Amino acid sequence: MDGWNRCRIALVGNPNTGKSTLFNALTGLRQHTGNWPGKTVVHAEGAYRFKGMTHTLIDLPGTYSLDANSTDEEVTRDVLLFNPPDVTVVVLDATCLERNLNLALQVLELSRRVVICLNLIDEARRKGIRIDHHGLSKRLGVPVVKTSARDGQGLTQLKQTVRQMVLEEMEPRPLRIRYSDKMEQKIEEITPGLERALGEQFPIRWIALRLLEGDQLLIDALKKRIEQEDTSNDFHPMEA
Amino acid sequence: MTSTRWKHNRSEPLFASIKDLAGSVSRDEIVTPLYQTSASICRDVVQYTASDPHQTSDRIDRILTSRLWGFPIMFALLAAIFWITITGANVPSAMLAEMFGHLERYLSLTFAALNAPDWLHGLLVLGLYRGVSWVVSVMLPPMAIFFPVFALLENAGYLPRIAFNMDRLFKGAGGHGKQSLTMAMGFGCNAAAILSTRIIESPRERMLAILTNNFVPCNGRWPILILLSSLFMAAGIGGGLSTMVTAAMVMGIVLFGILVTLVVSWVLSKTALKGVPTRYTLELPPYRRPKIWNTILRATLDKSLFVLKRAVLVAAPAGVVTWTLANLIVGHQSLLEHVVGFFDPFAQALGLDGYILIAFILGLPANEIVLPILLMGYLSTGAMIEVENMADLKQIFLDHGWTWLTALNMMLFSLLHYPCGTTLFNIYQETKSPKWTFVAFALPTAIAIGVTYTVSSIVRGMGWV
Repeated sequence: MDGWNRCRIALVGNPNTGKSTLFNALTGLRQHTGNWPGKTVVHAEGAYRFKGMTHTLIDLPGTYSLDANSTDEEVTRDVLLFNPPDVTVVVLDATCLERNLNLALQVLELSRRVVICLNLIDEARRKGIRIDHHGLSKRLGVPVVKTSARDGQGLTQLKQTVRQMVLEEMEPRPLRIRYSDKMEQKIEEITPGLERALGEQFPIRWIALRLLEGDQLLIDALKKRIEQEDTSNDFHPMEA
Repeated sequence: MTSTRWKHNRSEPLFASIKDLAGSVSRDEIVTPLYQTSASICRDVVQYTASDPHQTSDRIDRILTSRLWGFPIMFALLAAIFWITITGANVPSAMLAEMFGHLERYLSLTFAALNAPDWLHGLLVLGLYRGVSWVVSVMLPPMAIFFPVFALLENAGYLPRIAFNMDRLFKGAGGHGKQSLTMAMGFGCNAAAILSTRIIESPRERMLAILTNNFVPCNGRWPILILLSSLFMAAGIGGGLSTMVTAAMVMGIVLFGILVTLVVSWVLSKTALKGVPTRYTLELPPYRRPKIWNTILRATLDKSLFVLKRAVLVAAPAGVVTWTLANLIVGHQSLLEHVVGFFDPFAQALGLDGYILIAFILGLPANEIVLPILLMGYLSTGAMIEVENMADLKQIFLDHGWTWLTALNMMLFSLLHYPCGTTLFNIYQETKSPKWTFVAFALPTAIAIGVTYTVSSIVRGMGWV
């Protein structure tokens, strides 16, 4: 939290989940979203006030994963990792939940305070898709809110849930995916070293997984972070 | 200070040791549990009260994008479109030509009745009117059939499936799978396709897509391919079989363009644009029944008439200019013949002639006007062929020494040469790099010259023409 009554909320989701519609509905800020995916590489920011608290909303580019294959995915991942918001709202398309869930699961590995926004719920209903959002919430370990951003359905509920999450009125227990025993063993093996090198503020398990995957981009980004920390520590006295 | 320095030094061996561990981890080990979890959650919490809306699309996709049937079906569909276009265009083309021929006689009579000077009649009727008539007769019918049919396929949701099928090939060539999508868009318009390469996020792969986009024929070049194939490539084969051969020929040219795209991508990704292809997700939208009349109407208005308008707008003044050049005598030759003579030796080496090369050079602003300029050039040189039937059109070409080699090489040159002015402008806008814009111009041109030179050398060397 930036202060007592300010907080940062990030919106994450696959392309075409109505994420930007939700962003506009919440902030009232008109913003142009291009037809070409990848056009808005930098994220859009807006704000809304709810019950005396100012929520700064960051609309991250639509992504299918956090693998940092593209600039979009890199932007999203870097924000969540290096500049973590108070709460991350994952917007899911209720009409194709399974594909959308992959991103949600990845976010849950990376961030703790997550609210799932099940958007396009009206469209899903029309297509004869029913989703047990209580059951979903139980499985994921974080709250799930049904919305239809286009006609403002469920937005108050969403704001309320986000606020509760910011104020830590609810305790998230994000689902932890179990990998094969071999993998889990490897994760355990490198965790202590990572904890020592990176400190407490990073999601160590998630980083361990990416490093085991051989994610060079992340290795470089982490190295740069550590170096920056070093140089800023080294030169800070001189600047002052 | 020292403590953080120490931390940094500690991180180097840490990352190195992790790398060793990672060597034995396959990506599947991480992705599979993720997907399985998603699937298991969905089994528990999602209920379909109606029939599964994705089922039909999935079932169709299992065939249209299968490893076994994907490519054959794709080729069959393309071939069918060409066949429909070529068969369907013959009759209306002939009718249009006949109509224009009739009109021309009345126009000439009117000019004579008004005692108009000969040069005015020559300029307006023999230059402008005749040029425009030919353009409309030969270009409008194929376009009026091809574009709507292609648009129907597009609106039904087939293009992403083409991309899906081609994906493996592009990855193999070191490009991005989405390059197949931007390539598919190039079949419509290369200039628009350049903008669509924005969907490729990696700058290296995006550059590959930009540099190779014009190796697939766009709206402006389809008419050349279809017309020349039907005039020259099926000669001597009668009846229904000849349209089949023509369609196969156009198919062959398209496939060759795709092959060049892949080869050039591969070479570039091994040399100037080194790198490994990135992963991505390709969304296959559900199939939709296209709004048939709407699609046909839109395709006709937006594409057929648009291309025709551009062709006529440039063809008309070009007709006047070429007619003038052809009739201004300097020394013992017309001005046009002087210019053509200058380019002719080089063009002949490529299996073309000076007129064709000039048409391509003047056609830089838009590919649609290459054929019109060429026709104007030929028509203005005394080979006064009235627009009456399509056999006459072939006669125009034959009178200028065309063989099937000329036709083939003109098609190849059209397929491979530099992108049009609009496309080059877009490339500059997107890359902001004069260097890469120049490469986008020079690379295809070099390939076009190389290929046509090789083909004509082989064909002549073997004595096939």
